[in-house]
Amino acid sequence: MTKRNPIISVQHVTYTYEEAAHPALEDVSLDIGEGEFVAVLGHNGSGKSTLAKLMNALYLPTEGKIFVRGMDTADDERLWDIRREAGMIFQNPDNQLVATVVREDVAFGLENIGVPHDEMVRRVDEALAAVRMTDFAESAPHLLSGGQKQRIAIAGILAMQPGCIIADEATAMLDPSGRREVLDTVRSLCREKGITVVWITHFMEEAAQADRVAVVSDGRIRLEGTPREVFSRVNEMRQMHLDVPPMAALAAELREAGMPLRADILTVEEMAEEVTRLCPSN
Amino acid sequence: MLNNITIGQYYPVKSCIHDLDPRVKILLTIALIVAVFLVHSAIGYALVLGFLYLTCRLAHVPFRMLLKGLKPLRWILVLTFVLNLFFAADGDILLQWQFITIRKQGLLNALHYSLRLLFLVMGTSLLTLTTSPIQLSDGMEMLMSPLKVIHFPAHELAMMMSIALRFIPTLMDETDKIMKAQMARGADFESGNLIARAKAMVPLLVPLFVSAFRRAGDLAMAMEARCYHGGEGRTRLRVLKLGRGDLWASLAVAGLIGLIIVEGIVLPGGLW
Ligand SMILES: Nc1ncnc2c1ncn2[C@@H]1O[C@H](COP(=O)(O)OP(=O)(O)O)[C@@H](O)[C@H]1O
Ligand SMILES: [Mg+2]
Repeated sequence: MTKRNPIISVQHVTYTYEEAAHPALEDVSLDIGEGEFVAVLGHNGSGKSTLAKLMNALYLPTEGKIFVRGMDTADDERLWDIRREAGMIFQNPDNQLVATVVREDVAFGLENIGVPHDEMVRRVDEALAAVRMTDFAESAPHLLSGGQKQRIAIAGILAMQPGCIIADEATAMLDPSGRREVLDTVRSLCREKGITVVWITHFMEEAAQADRVAVVSDGRIRLEGTPREVFSRVNEMRQMHLDVPPMAALAAELREAGMPLRADILTVEEMAEEVTRLCPSN
Repeated sequence: MLNNITIGQYYPVKSCIHDLDPRVKILLTIALIVAVFLVHSAIGYALVLGFLYLTCRLAHVPFRMLLKGLKPLRWILVLTFVLNLFFAADGDILLQWQFITIRKQGLLNALHYSLRLLFLVMGTSLLTLTTSPIQLSDGMEMLMSPLKVIHFPAHELAMMMSIALRFIPTLMDETDKIMKAQMARGADFESGNLIARAKAMVPLLVPLFVSAFRRAGDLAMAMEARCYHGGEGRTRLRVLKLGRGDLWASLAVAGLIGLIIVEGIVLPGGLW
């Protein structure tokens, strides 16, 4: 699919939880290109978190292989390199901050991998600046808003200088403004620092902003492509209980009613353009 | 800014005593307590009290905070005094009335032991009043780290302490939320006898425990994802550095101990 060098390569991975009757993921293959912003979209229980944890070597595939920058996640020796390279942000902003002071939390990962003190201070300051949280460096995490907590979590990952950030529904517990704040932060990191992003979400609006979308349902990747390609498959998406942007849904209905509209309409502007093309006013 | 959550009795102000290295403070507190046990006379106790009072002033901590620390121990203090007073086996009899006998030795013991206990508590209170819990745990970790060779989990204990401090406010908020939710549904936490109240706590504690365990699971995963693998090969953002103040503090305590020893030699037997 991707032309770029994959930073994460998931190859025919099946994962079954202990004592589970069915695999949570089945024969999943996905390449994440260097610098790409890939959204993984799926409803609850589809297997998104399982996929994320496999990419971070928190779980090991039952079958198949996963490579992060060419390192096999099953290779014990490279475990810390893999986790440093593919940093992970979780859903609950409270349950991933460890320290009682923001800057110490950002330093947590660096302490773990044994970064020397002076370099640690520099990297922590840089990471806090990158998520625009410098002013809160000395605050206690529990006094911050959800969006701010997630940005601290991002800073903690960023300080490790990862190639890739995996965000597992990082906005699911936030209010709309917090959601925007976190997504914007991650998008700008992708654009400006070239950090690869795997953005796991069940919000269709967020997936629409990605370079590429992989749709997961019942442990399999059902659709993959640009948001335009994916959201034009309105019926398939609906079967998986997933929303599509309103204009894509409208276009699908109009096509069914016999209007020869383009299939890949996402925005109101595109819709207006198509409609004027078909019915030139005179 | 809010550098430390006020848990325990930490008194968050800026002072030269607060700025001391926590390791030094812990060691000096221990030294002070040992010194108290060397005291034999009223002058010695007065020296210790004066020293505590001065340190308190330097730390900008009101002296009554130190006294407040004694309050939970008042019965133990009284008990120590009374037991020692009545149960001395020998010495001159000062007072005899029915089955009560008070001997000179008993009175001396009673005074000594309760004063020692008093100063022990005041000394440690001074330490916890001027050292934030996180600094205390840092200091303890560093002081205990030689014990790692006998597999004493110094790092793990400090990490547990730090995580507990991080999550106490979060869990407090949560308790508050659950309580309000239960109260909205008619739960009553305040009235009834002890058993009724304990029963009312069940619908509060169960969800709290469930959530705490879920948090613990999440946090463990997040820590692992951030490369946490125990204390080995770990570096620290917070480093403890000895400063000039630590030297002065050590000299001051050494001076006090010196005075106590000299006083013990010059005035043997005490001044009672
Ligand atoms: N720890 C676990 N043990 C057993 N089954 C699990 C566990 N975690 C998730 N599952 C199951 O695996 C499937 C995928 O879960 P998950 O990856 O968490 O989905 P998502 O993140 O998309 O909501 C679900 O059917 C879920 O019930
Ligand atoms: Mg999930």
